[in-house]
Amino acid sequence: MSTAVPPPLWQSLFESRRLGEPAPAAKVAVYAALFFWTAVVLLPLYWVFVTSFKLPVDVDSGPYYLPFIDYRPSLHAWRYIFVDLGRDTLRPYVNSIVVSLAATTLAVVIGALAAYALVRIRFQVKLAAVAAFLLLLVAVVIAVAYFGVYWPVAAASGAALFVLFLSTLSRRFKRAASNTDIEFWIISNRILPPVVAVLPIYIMFQRLHLLDTQIALIATYTAVNLPIVVWLMRDFFAGIPIEIEESAQVDGCSRFRIYVSIVLPLARSGLAATFMLVMILAWNEYLLALFLSTANAQTMPILVAAQHGTRGPQWWYMSVLIVIMIAPVVALAIALQKQIARGILLGAIKG
Amino acid sequence: MAVAATTAPQQAYAAGLGDWLDRHSGRIMVLPAALIILAFAIFPLVISAYLSVSRFALAPGGFTLKFVGLANFKKLLIGSQQYHLLGTFGGFGAIEWTVLGLTIVGLGFWLAGYVRSPELWLPGLIGRLVSTALAIAVVLLLLAAIVAGGVPGSLVTTFIYVVAGVSVQFALGLGLALLCAQPIRARSWFRVIFFIPLMVTPVGIAYTFRMLADMEKGPLAPLRFALDLGEFAWATDPWSARLVVMIGDTWQWTPFMFIVLLAAIEARPHEQVEAARIDGAGPSQIFRHVTWPAVAPVAATVVLIRLIEAFKIIDLPNVLTNGGPGLATESMTLHAFIAWRTQDLGSSAAVGYILLFISTVTCISFFNFGVHRARRYQS
Repeated sequence: MSTAVPPPLWQSLFESRRLGEPAPAAKVAVYAALFFWTAVVLLPLYWVFVTSFKLPVDVDSGPYYLPFIDYRPSLHAWRYIFVDLGRDTLRPYVNSIVVSLAATTLAVVIGALAAYALVRIRFQVKLAAVAAFLLLLVAVVIAVAYFGVYWPVAAASGAALFVLFLSTLSRRFKRAASNTDIEFWIISNRILPPVVAVLPIYIMFQRLHLLDTQIALIATYTAVNLPIVVWLMRDFFAGIPIEIEESAQVDGCSRFRIYVSIVLPLARSGLAATFMLVMILAWNEYLLALFLSTANAQTMPILVAAQHGTRGPQWWYMSVLIVIMIAPVVALAIALQKQIARGILLGAIKG
Repeated sequence: MAVAATTAPQQAYAAGLGDWLDRHSGRIMVLPAALIILAFAIFPLVISAYLSVSRFALAPGGFTLKFVGLANFKKLLIGSQQYHLLGTFGGFGAIEWTVLGLTIVGLGFWLAGYVRSPELWLPGLIGRLVSTALAIAVVLLLLAAIVAGGVPGSLVTTFIYVVAGVSVQFALGLGLALLCAQPIRARSWFRVIFFIPLMVTPVGIAYTFRMLADMEKGPLAPLRFALDLGEFAWATDPWSARLVVMIGDTWQWTPFMFIVLLAAIEARPHEQVEAARIDGAGPSQIFRHVTWPAVAPVAATVVLIRLIEAFKIIDLPNVLTNGGPGLATESMTLHAFIAWRTQDLGSSAAVGYILLFISTVTCISFFNFGVHRARRYQS
């Protein structure tokens, strides 16, 4: 690589010094592009942040960019949101924390169990039984809706018929769904647009008098995020060497014991990644909260979205809300970028 | 394993709850998940199907549901609400007929090729017929509502978001990932920064972009004076309003593409890249012959995941523009929500079902003809 005469400067700009390294000019272009995108990412966040310290007059009289230089930062919006509106801000915030934590925990616990079973245990679900179940479900719905049958009666007789079918006729049918079919069925629920399912869920919770409660949101969020948990955890569990579990089984450990004391500790990092991802999805969820909560169970996205009041957009207050809403998530994203990205990667690469 | 086989029956006969639990452990483990999905996905789907064929009305002490057959779908597809879902159509000229004709001929050839191939299989043929029918219908709609000078409805707008949004996000994500895969300094720093938008609440993004897009008081106002754009209000023009929604969406979702594609690029066989370099291959040749074949399957999968999510868009249009001006930025989910708010539950469920049908057919078609092919391409 050592040349006696150095090439002229203009030429060396376009030639790479070492194999595999971009030439200086290309390097400058790469950095320029990357810094441009950095600005694209950070400018919106920066603008929200500085707007939260502006007085209305600073927002109204043209764009000011730099606090202390362009304008004098003020805490008035923060005081209004935290002191004057204190409880009205705190309630949605607490709701958001409670709902997303509880729903994520439930989804991860239930989903990881199912994912483990689907990876390690062979299932055979008779297709005929599935068909019978769906037919009976439709029949029950029609009976309740059109013939006015009292719904517990209809549901009970439907269940009874189903059990009867399972214990008698279902033996005659051979075709069964395997583990991959069950996995596909669970994961494919992600394709279902939530707006299709949310109307009946709304009616269901209305009947149970659970509308606008945290319970309704927790249950729904758990259900929506379950497919993601199963999808991600399946791959983490499949990556654990089966020999350890087999030897534990030989030693007389039960399935649950193996799961709790051997498999879960080994899948710890996967669990953490999944937990984080689902937590963020639940924290940011909008549509379901829009349908299922009005006042008491209102979550942060709904509070932020409802800010466009009658007095026109009050950007300073809105910015404070957006900042307190996204600050924890952005902090989490920066601190745990590797772990969260792993969750995303696993889902996307293994597909 | 031989030991396990002899001890298992002995354990099975031992009485007690613990053993019963152990023998049925598989079912017990899957049951909660299956029940939850039944209660929150399958059962609602059945009820929703029922709602979509009824008319909802408030009555003293509750509500009534009257069976109306396919009237809700009829109203949306060919009746009084057609303008809302599909849009109003312009007359077809020479260009429109040509494009439509070319699409039909192209898809016809593709189908004919399949019929004559040895892989012919009845369900495969039916699936391809459904995909083809949807593709032709979508092309027809896009032509009638956009090219021919009509006004797009929520279905067309959703398709614009999905197709334009996902392609732009993919292109940007791939570009950034290729840049970040270079041996440069501060790569991990860029990676962390680029990751942030994915975590930010869409509702927050919507308001933020409303502030940014304010050409009077926003940070980009000097740009307007510099470019001498004069009075310009993005919110009153359909296309600029849609553009702002798509910019917000792109800001949020490019990181997703970026993160996954970067991992795929970094996992490509290193020796092949080195060998290609020593043989004097340029960057574009390395990309075409080494990087792309390694990345294609992952790329197809991320696009599929994005497609699935993109069809559900509601937060951004609802908060940014409230669906306006007119119907310009209204997505199908927002359409269903608005119908629900006006207590037209039948239409709401019908719109939901149409969305379900379209997104399912699109995603499955993409899986069969995109993801599968990409995976075969690699091997």
